[in-house]
Amino acid sequence: MQEKEIRTIKDLSREEFLTKGHGACPGCGVAVAVKNIARVLGKNTIIYVPASCLIVFTALYPSSAFKWPFLYTAFENTGAVISGIKAALERRGKQGVTVVGMAGDGGTFDIGLQALSGAAERNDDVLYVCLDNEAYMNTGIQRSGATPFGAWTTTSPVGKKIQGKREFKKDLDAIVAAHGVPYMATLSIAHPNDFVRKVQKAKITNGFRFLHVLCPCVPGWRSEASKTVAIARLAVETGMWTLYEIDHGVEKLTYKPRELVPVKEYLQLQGRFRHMGEDDIEKLQNWICEKWRNQFYEEVPVPPCKLEKVKKELILDEDPLHGP
Amino acid sequence: MAMKVISADHAVAYGAKLSRVEVVPAFPITPQTLIVELLAELINDGELDAHFMPVESEHSAMSAAIGASAAGARTFTATSSQGLALMHEMLYAVPQNRLPIVMANVNRSLGAASGIWVEYNDSMPERESGWLQVYIEDNQEALDMIIQAYRIAEDRNVMLPIMVCLDGFVLSHTVERVDLPDQNLVDSFLPKFRPLHVLDPDEPVTMNPIAPPEYAMEMRYQLDRAIEGAKSVINAVDHEYSSLTSRSYGGLIDSYHLEDAEIALLTLGTVTSTARAVVDYLRAKGKKAGLIKLRFIRPFPAEELKLFVRDLKALGVFDRSLSFNGYGPVFTEVRNALYQEGIPITNHIAGLGGRDVSFKEALEMFQVIEKNAGNEKGMVCYWHGLRGGS
Ligand SMILES: Cc1ncc(C[n+]2csc(CCOP(=O)(O)OP(=O)(O)O)c2C)c(N)n1
Ligand code: SF4
Repeated sequence: MQEKEIRTIKDLSREEFLTKGHGACPGCGVAVAVKNIARVLGKNTIIYVPASCLIVFTALYPSSAFKWPFLYTAFENTGAVISGIKAALERRGKQGVTVVGMAGDGGTFDIGLQALSGAAERNDDVLYVCLDNEAYMNTGIQRSGATPFGAWTTTSPVGKKIQGKREFKKDLDAIVAAHGVPYMATLSIAHPNDFVRKVQKAKITNGFRFLHVLCPCVPGWRSEASKTVAIARLAVETGMWTLYEIDHGVEKLTYKPRELVPVKEYLQLQGRFRHMGEDDIEKLQNWICEKWRNQFYEEVPVPPCKLEKVKKELILDEDPLHGP
Repeated sequence: MAMKVISADHAVAYGAKLSRVEVVPAFPITPQTLIVELLAELINDGELDAHFMPVESEHSAMSAAIGASAAGARTFTATSSQGLALMHEMLYAVPQNRLPIVMANVNRSLGAASGIWVEYNDSMPERESGWLQVYIEDNQEALDMIIQAYRIAEDRNVMLPIMVCLDGFVLSHTVERVDLPDQNLVDSFLPKFRPLHVLDPDEPVTMNPIAPPEYAMEMRYQLDRAIEGAKSVINAVDHEYSSLTSRSYGGLIDSYHLEDAEIALLTLGTVTSTARAVVDYLRAKGKKAGLIKLRFIRPFPAEELKLFVRDLKALGVFDRSLSFNGYGPVFTEVRNALYQEGIPITNHIAGLGGRDVSFKEALEMFQVIEKNAGNEKGMVCYWHGLRGGS
């Protein structure tokens, strides 16, 4: 089947497969990401969603927000279920159908890592999308392996002795890349042309494909709904999120900030980092520079980040917007 | 018709081959391994046209099976013990989504203390999952039952998964003479899989959304009724299969010398064969002993059982697993069903952890049952073959 090449968002179809009326929070990065991925993937798609915000806001009986055939069963099995679906389609001679699994960071970095690895190792012909909002949001904002250093969550609370998460974000992309998969890329909802081009590539590549999207989350990140895209952009400009792809072994940085913006500017827009002192911010800043060096063999000057320690006490344990 | 001398594991694999399974997600565990190894060989040799999927865990095996079945393929997998336990979460998604997956479970004890030998405490707890469950007596039945399982599972009035349970080692690794029906015969008995609903972009459906309390209870009710409704299909399928192969297993439940029996033992699995020999022995001595072979524990043949025990003076129930601090699960099921029948029922726990159930022990069970006839106040639960005595 000949695909029309999508080079910019102007080439995108207007047909929606994640319809209006779903129940995501206003400003939800996951909803923005899924909606636009769906417009690139088009009609010939089957979607599997594990336990996550996405299942709750799209498929509450008796309504459904997807115009695609849809399946949900559990939390940790995205890689396996999509492999099974694809195997059946191949047996039935159904060609040209994209089988996509869309899982959260918890369902990918943590509990679902084994099934993800299995599908990647078998190079099953499926598309795995990780919608990374950097915590378990559906159960009310608990830390995951994707939560950045310093961030507040309900299981990495800001205590008198320990403040926020003490571990750095797991480099999941390196783990996936180590499987030698045909195509993988990181995406940002603030870079739409880069976004749609990568989804298009993932769509037309054969074998296992992996897309990793950073998805700001309003209640989880303690941010304003109107700032979702701005935060996503700052994530890229500060180096907290790097836009790159590995296409059949060829690694390419697809967007390079002119110079890294100090991470503080990213942190400031989000309540989940508001408690962070200068030491911790410096630690995170050094981690970014180190990551950049390791990933791209480039020296980057640590951006100037002189910060005042915030004295104000922060209470961040109100009822989460989403229940367990 | 071809004759082969094979283990029950291999009989299961040939049953799957004759059923023309299309997708086989698999993960090894003793004593189930021979099944998936043979299927992998048959597929790699081009003797079976199917997709073998060597997944990374049993949880993924059942997950991939769900995906494959939901997307319209006839799906088979096999497991045992710890593997079944690891699937536990996924088992529940299958009946509620009405996916007719067939799975062989080679019964083995579930740790601790660990052991690889037969015990039903892996599959018995899964009675609550909504899967149909059948227990097998010999290798021929293992092969025939896989083929029948697909017919039952895929019947439009059933559309439910079936777990075919067979005794670890006693059957899985013991060779017996087995008749392999002709492929043509199986094809005429088992038509191509026609899924009820299928994941297909041309006709999108939503499978398994979140069900709020306004709806979930009716869904459970429908599943409960569907399991009950499977009974007549199981009996009809047994009937039709026997007209083709001259092998009838009685459908839900079978009996041996029950017509004029005064005492009987209810068994499942391989102990049934031992108990048959005991019945013959007792009959030769003029005792009116009989045997009830329970095949399906889901659906549970409560009504049939009532008819079977009508003229009995006492009934015993064999259990190869235990609800700790209580009775065996089969006993609980049977006594529930026969609550108002007014016959004394005793529970006979034996063979746990793979301990052999000998002729002597099976005879002892009948002796206890006989002693218990007319005695409703007697002890209820007996352990047989316990070192040191019970
Ligand atoms: C085996 C299992 N453990 C725990 C849960 C509870 N649970 C449901 S969704 C979820 C968190 C999902 O987090 P993530 O994958 O990051 O997706 P998000 O909700 O953030 O989009 C958890 C812990 C579950 N459904 N299954
Ligand atoms: S909690 Fe976050 S991820 Fe979930 S719907 Fe709301 S904004 Fe989206």
